[in-house]
Amino acid sequence: MKNHVWRPLYVVLVVIALLLVARYFLVPSDFGVHGKNFTYGFHRAGNIMDWQAVSIKYQGRESCNECHPENVATNSSSKHGPIQCENCHGPALNHPENPEKLTIDTSRDLCLRCHGALPTPGSQRSRIKGISPDTHNPEIPCIDCHNPHKPDLEEMQ
Amino acid sequence: MKCSRRDLLTTVCKAAVAAALPVAAFRFLSPAEVRAAVADPALRWGFLVDTEKCVGCGFCVKACKLENEIPYEAPVSRTWVERYIVTRDGQTHIDSPMAGQNGFTDPKVRDEVIDPSEITKAFFVPKLCNQCDNPACVQVCPVGATYQTKDGVVLVDRDWCIGCGYCIMACPYGVRFFHPVHKVAEKCNFCYHRISKGLKSACVEACPFGARQIGNLKDPEDPVTRIIMTQRVAVLKDEYGTKPQVFYIGLDRNVR
Amino acid sequence: MDPLIIHGMEWTTKELFVYPNEFIYWSIQIVMYPYMTGLVAGAFVLSSLYHVFGQKDLKDIARFSLVFSLALLPTALMPLLFHLQQPLRGINVMMTPHFTSAISAFGIVFLTYGAIVLSEIWFVYRQYFVEQTVALQGQPGTGVAAKRRLYHILTLGAYDTSAAAVAQDKKAVKILAGVGIPVACFLHGYAGFIFGSVKANALWMSPLMPVIFIMSAVVSGIALCMLTFIAIMEWKKFRTALAKGSGDGSLHVIGGVEMDVIGKASRYLIGFLVAAISLELLDLIFRGYTAMKSWDILRSVLYHKDFVNIFVLQYGIGNLLPFILLLLPRLTIRRTVVALIFILYGVFMMRWNVVIGGQAFSLSFAGFMHYHLPILPHNMDTYKEGLLGALTVATTPFILFWLINKIVPSLKFSKEEAQ
Repeated sequence: MKNHVWRPLYVVLVVIALLLVARYFLVPSDFGVHGKNFTYGFHRAGNIMDWQAVSIKYQGRESCNECHPENVATNSSSKHGPIQCENCHGPALNHPENPEKLTIDTSRDLCLRCHGALPTPGSQRSRIKGISPDTHNPEIPCIDCHNPHKPDLEEMQ
Repeated sequence: MKCSRRDLLTTVCKAAVAAALPVAAFRFLSPAEVRAAVADPALRWGFLVDTEKCVGCGFCVKACKLENEIPYEAPVSRTWVERYIVTRDGQTHIDSPMAGQNGFTDPKVRDEVIDPSEITKAFFVPKLCNQCDNPACVQVCPVGATYQTKDGVVLVDRDWCIGCGYCIMACPYGVRFFHPVHKVAEKCNFCYHRISKGLKSACVEACPFGARQIGNLKDPEDPVTRIIMTQRVAVLKDEYGTKPQVFYIGLDRNVR
Repeated sequence: MDPLIIHGMEWTTKELFVYPNEFIYWSIQIVMYPYMTGLVAGAFVLSSLYHVFGQKDLKDIARFSLVFSLALLPTALMPLLFHLQQPLRGINVMMTPHFTSAISAFGIVFLTYGAIVLSEIWFVYRQYFVEQTVALQGQPGTGVAAKRRLYHILTLGAYDTSAAAVAQDKKAVKILAGVGIPVACFLHGYAGFIFGSVKANALWMSPLMPVIFIMSAVVSGIALCMLTFIAIMEWKKFRTALAKGSGDGSLHVIGGVEMDVIGKASRYLIGFLVAAISLELLDLIFRGYTAMKSWDILRSVLYHKDFVNIFVLQYGIGNLLPFILLLLPRLTIRRTVVALIFILYGVFMMRWNVVIGGQAFSLSFAGFMHYHLPILPHNMDTYKEGLLGALTVATTPFILFWLINKIVPSLKFSKEEAQ
């Protein structure tokens, strides 16, 4: 009679075989070493494409310029020139198809991001004209008096 | 017990082969893969943060969250801005309310009023993934769900991540978190979908002050690379040996 | 729309400056995980002490602790599955293991260890399986038939019960028990490595971590086995007293056996306990003496924020007190039980202080995080990573043991059962 001692080992081998079969079916075929080495480059190659396919939401000033050149021109020549349109107008996404209209953030909080006065010696923040939101016309939206595209105080409405 | 040198050698060899077998079975290296792995692309993304220019407006964080579909009301974020206020007594007060996504509008730090005359310096520091050359987060992923691309960006495979959180623990910079919707590890990837289409990262695009710049570190003509090559720049938490690839101008010693 | 769930936010409060993405991501289940694997490893080591080193005095507890370590085995897996944000993908660890990660070893080590424990049990009980199959032959009833069928499968077709075959079984048990000790230590040592190798975490990063984990694992494993053993022996005494009256002589026999086993097992327990505490203190002293960058924040966690947890609950009540209780002369069962409960509690607090304590401070070294264990769950997250989830994990081994014990009885200590 054959030695019975090896029987548990056969069971183990069957389990390993089952795992290997499962692996064959479950692991995507593009899984492997694709980067500089095993430590940092062991992955599913197709995932890079997945990430590249993510939709772009912020289309950039150039894209705005295609339909709104006069607005872009006014703002670009002002002190607010460095601010991207979409920072206030919101990400364009697939505008004008979807959404047809962008929601403009006209809140005081938006302006306060830069113009809320903070005691920040040594920081560029101190060089931007700042107001104290609690004392500077607290109830009125900034845009009632200030034109964001022409922010110079001489051009106040 | 007798044990000749030959016996010892044989045993050692056998043990080595036995130990290597399971490893060999799990690696999938084909010659083509090896070639692809050692191929040297002329691209390595790097980032430059000029803390001198940052005013703490938080437009970068807002753009990042909207661009990368991180729920806006969640306190977690791929990138964030920290405010440092150093007072005369040598204390440093640091905060980053809601990752700085709504900017810094309140002089108070966590409801604590700081006497402006006591402040010696105050500044803002944007943070994001350092896309390390030796990413500790990638090393510890048990399933190969996070990895470094050949152009140096660390990505997470949302379809393969098991959500163990080991990478979150391993990152010395606190860059990673669980995505509130997808329930997998999430992190900044320099807006990989944008940079691979020739656009700039959303935060770079949104910064009105040029505090954030992205470039190709392998291109000596790239403006970012030129600054890194010619000026004095620093990196965060050098001591962990992760070789971070986000470089800072004007980094203060108080920055954590 | 579902309310937004930020993992970790429910049970974390922040103090001073903490990075926005930092929360206590590794919570109670990650405390349970090394605790349960520790119990598995400890129970197995205890049974191996008899099989390998021929510690005859541990004979009665050896079989029991072997079967109990099988019952504990799945509960080393449970906390991980409870903890994973994508539990259904847990199998990926077996599918694409990334060997530079300490966790990837889990699948392989766990299965290896499971195979060893199961094989060892098979060799110990093979004769019994054969006897049962033969005894149940031809008896009426579908239940009996099913039972016979089960035992028939369990024999794996090996019906040879000759003296030579049984001797081979015993030899195999000895070898497996011997191989099992390093594997059990590895299973737990790498659990320590998972923490010790996280260089980002100032509290965890220490090469001593795996050794500390093994030592305290053995301590907790032995303690749990002794405690369960006492409970079972007391139950036996109680039943005997009911059946034969409280003055019966057999009560003294059982009590004698019980005290003998416990007295001897407790000596091993003390040895491992001393080793565990020495290493932990060495780690602590070393950190204070070298006072690296992280020491300021570590000191405020160790000596202020977590002082009660570490020095009162863990070292005081969990280590020192049971140590004294066990060393005082004229050890009684009752005193041992108290000491064992404190030891189990102490090891749990050690796991707690490592896992939760390691996240009690921010990576910025400028702030703290506090953990609030969710008691009453109001969603899946707070059940899985709350008190109830932990209790589910903690009670499972006892239910499993009850089930397994129906098939492989491990609590018969009569002479004819002894092999």
